[in-house]
Amino acid sequence: MDFNDSQQEAAFRKEARDFLEANAEKRSIISDKPNDKNPQIAVAGAPETVKGGKEAAQEALERAKVWQKKKAEAGFAAILWPKEFGGYGGSPIQQVIYSQEEHDYLVPSGYFEIGIGMLGPTMMVWGKDEDKKRYLPKMITGEEIWCQLFSEPSAGSDLAGIKMKAEKDGNEWVLNGQKVWTSGAHFADYGMIVARSDPSALKHKGLTYFYLDMKTPGIEVRPIKQISGTSNFNEVFFNDVRIPDSQRLGGEGEGWKVALTTLMNERLAVGDPPGLDFDQIFEATKELEVEDGLAIKNSEVRQKMADWYVQSRGLQYTKFRSITALSKGQTPGPELSISKLVTASKMQDVSAYALELMDSSGMVHHDQNPVLKNLFQNGYFFSAAMRIAGGTDEVLRNIIAERVLGLPQDERADKKVPFNELPSGKN
Amino acid sequence: MNFDFSDDQKLLRDQARKFLFDKCDRKSVRTILDDDQLHYHKELWSQISEMGWTGTAIPEEYGGLGLGMLELCVIAEELGRSLAPTPFSSSIYLFAEFIKNYGSEDQKKKFLPAIASGEKIGTFALSETNGTPKPSNVKTKFSSGKINGYKSPVSDGESADYLIIAANSDDKGNRNSLSLYIVDLHENGVNKTSLETIDPTRPACSINFENVEAELLGEQGMAWDMTENILNRAAVLYSFEQVGGAQVSLDEAKKYSMERFAFGRQIGSFQALKHKMADMYVKIELARSNAYYGAWALSTDSNELPVAAAGARVSASDAFNYAAKENIQIHGGVGFTWDYDCHLFYRRSKLLSLNIGSTRQWKENLISNLEKRNIV
Repeated sequence: MDFNDSQQEAAFRKEARDFLEANAEKRSIISDKPNDKNPQIAVAGAPETVKGGKEAAQEALERAKVWQKKKAEAGFAAILWPKEFGGYGGSPIQQVIYSQEEHDYLVPSGYFEIGIGMLGPTMMVWGKDEDKKRYLPKMITGEEIWCQLFSEPSAGSDLAGIKMKAEKDGNEWVLNGQKVWTSGAHFADYGMIVARSDPSALKHKGLTYFYLDMKTPGIEVRPIKQISGTSNFNEVFFNDVRIPDSQRLGGEGEGWKVALTTLMNERLAVGDPPGLDFDQIFEATKELEVEDGLAIKNSEVRQKMADWYVQSRGLQYTKFRSITALSKGQTPGPELSISKLVTASKMQDVSAYALELMDSSGMVHHDQNPVLKNLFQNGYFFSAAMRIAGGTDEVLRNIIAERVLGLPQDERADKKVPFNELPSGKN
Repeated sequence: MNFDFSDDQKLLRDQARKFLFDKCDRKSVRTILDDDQLHYHKELWSQISEMGWTGTAIPEEYGGLGLGMLELCVIAEELGRSLAPTPFSSSIYLFAEFIKNYGSEDQKKKFLPAIASGEKIGTFALSETNGTPKPSNVKTKFSSGKINGYKSPVSDGESADYLIIAANSDDKGNRNSLSLYIVDLHENGVNKTSLETIDPTRPACSINFENVEAELLGEQGMAWDMTENILNRAAVLYSFEQVGGAQVSLDEAKKYSMERFAFGRQIGSFQALKHKMADMYVKIELARSNAYYGAWALSTDSNELPVAAAGARVSASDAFNYAAKENIQIHGGVGFTWDYDCHLFYRRSKLLSLNIGSTRQWKENLISNLEKRNIV
């Protein structure tokens, strides 16, 4: 057992570190305290749309594009992609190493990951050669940003319950309906979408997959205001949106199969954004006073801190185990499936407890809050979203139970019935 | 990065698992559970000793195999899986480690070969009363070469030949008043009384000492420091036993939930049960990873050991306690019958989480060591 890189890994790490050192600014030691450059806890998914106004958002986007171009020129923007599409042709362990290194730097995130991580690989499998040539290189350089239009008001955890209509009209398709929870729809140039082309077929059979220009007439993007007060997602409305059949990926009715390609390419969750974790509340307990003195000296506080410490480090060491597997050229075990499940609830518990420790001043939600500014107040709201976004706690437990432990699938009412005959409640 | 056991260590694990599957089935475990005259499984003990497991981490010059602590971690996990009713933890994780780390050359020569061969059994005694041991509640005294006092509970005390005991060498009752001594439990003045533990396959007794001959181990006045270090080392090994037991609890819950039908379907298809088992899995994976980190710190003599050991211990106790109790729950009514094996794990999980200090004590250790590390 050791934590050393192999010679090749060390060489790659140096290459990554040199690039970052020359081109980016290092995070401060207490990187997770909000400051001017890092005004909120990093959010997995798209940068917020509203805070700071449109101009600030536009500036941030431009900065992100400049950074992405540099990263692409250095070869680090799409490490896993083949060279023919502008990638690095690298291995998963190299992706992990780069992410680990980048994690120490303040660089824009949340704009390009969905395209490079999920949609690009989908096009590689299902797209025509001319599409790949046209779109993939610009996805890497950040010149064109992509979003993923899958979820709908009645298709969340039950993703295949998509109702967006796709009706064929000659050589064109006409899309009508609504998507929701679309990260980055407000700045994306292109999108990939799953729609129902045959409502009389079985649920998973009547879907078709397309890509489209987000400027196509009939598309309207509206940000969703979350309980945190920020907006990281959008609703996207489709009103007689016409797209050519040439923008179909996969066959008619094959949309679910194509969507699975997208979903299986979820990026390696190793370079997590800085979150709200043991280290933050540990710092806070050294500043906050409770009835018998500093919080960290109180035995109840210490007991709780220990629980969060072992969860936090347990996840970190679990990643080490996955990285070891990658480093040996093996597929990591299912260990990573536990990461978000543990992280989100931990963040919610840590935030709520930190507010308790602040006593009545925990109520106050503004930048003058003396302890770590808004960190825990923000976390209290953000964590509630984190337990749902990208797979709810309950869906994740089902995945662990069925795919990892091999327990039987739930009995399903929707397997043998045409989609348009399924009960669907008020929707 | 190589955060995994080596191929050789994995081979050792496979061999140990197969061996224990054959030789330490539930029937063997129950022979110790059901007979309060039997304190451990003698045949199993001599078999694992013959294979050298007892000497795994004892240097060859003292009769051991001279392998490392990682190999001992591998064996610990398998002993935990099989619920092996032996004094392995007391004799090997504690007694042997004390002698190995703090014994004089003469003491190592005298004690280690017999411990490595399994011929003699050792254990360790600190606690005297209810609650957390601390320097001020150790009343046992050492003076003029003799021990007088009382220790309880002493794990494996009835099977043990030797004991390492913490005793006061002055009347001040502070940290530096305590020293460690080695006692031969066959000496005159040793009086053992059986205790009934919550897991009779891991027994304990109380021992009264009246003018019992004893020899100093390590430096005078250093009992507390030595004990902390050895308990940290043992905590990593315990955590592997706990991870092993937790994993089998989950495996058995899963198996039962797929065989048992209710409302016309496998009960393992109900989300209420699936989510419970997913939670068991999560806790076990976290515990396993924390145990690996402990193993790394232990095997490299890292100064991370106090934090790594406490983290491993807290996480493993949580995982095994949870897995064992929910295993009963998933079995329903039969889960709390004597005939089903669920209670063997339920007993063992709680016993292991108390045996070298409670979870709450280890949580306290964890945070105070983190504070120390921060100051450094």
